[in-house]
Amino acid sequence: MWSYISLVLSIILMISGLFFLSVGVVGLIRLPDTYTRLHATTKCDTMGAGLVLLALALQSDFTVAAKLIIITLFIWVTNPTAAHVIAKAAWVTGFPPIKKFERDYIDGGDQK
Amino acid sequence: MEALEILKLIFDTLKFYGTIIVMILVFFCLGRAIVGPGAPDRVTAINIIGTKTVVIIALLSLIYGYDYYTDIAMVYALMAFIATIGVAKYMEKGALE
Repeated sequence: MWSYISLVLSIILMISGLFFLSVGVVGLIRLPDTYTRLHATTKCDTMGAGLVLLALALQSDFTVAAKLIIITLFIWVTNPTAAHVIAKAAWVTGFPPIKKFERDYIDGGDQK
Repeated sequence: MEALEILKLIFDTLKFYGTIIVMILVFFCLGRAIVGPGAPDRVTAINIIGTKTVVIIALLSLIYGYDYYTDIAMVYALMAFIATIGVAKYMEKGALE
């Protein structure tokens, strides 16, 4: 009975993970700005990679599953950190965010 | 055919075609890394390529049945994170002190 449940769960997790990875790449290609691209891709990619690795961990042995879960936790910690560091570097070096709405002009921020 | 075998067949097919889909996505990210107007876009694309490579290595580990590929995936995740942090710090401060 557990094999049925784990297989169905793995298939659902795998399909949703591939969906999240694809949506992240669509955001990386289509969006107009550095910060919006960063925002879209890193979160979708973290979620998609975690889901695919958990789907694989349900179908493997104990040691391999433990390693895959460790990789998942590592990606969930480090990928938002990397996104934060990239965004800070882009802001300090002076990449302007896109000004599409009028409320963006009110508070200019302290960009150097 | 039994239901369990059908589910296993679906999962194997999903692993195979999922690897191909992620490889195609890596090529799209590479296009953004080539085109991208600034350095942060390129660093973002390279970071995403690193994460997707970890996923590809883990999928290949289960497709071929080589258990030690998961170790390679772990080391690759570490290396991609260190490379991203290094390039971002160099971009921000102009040097790696």
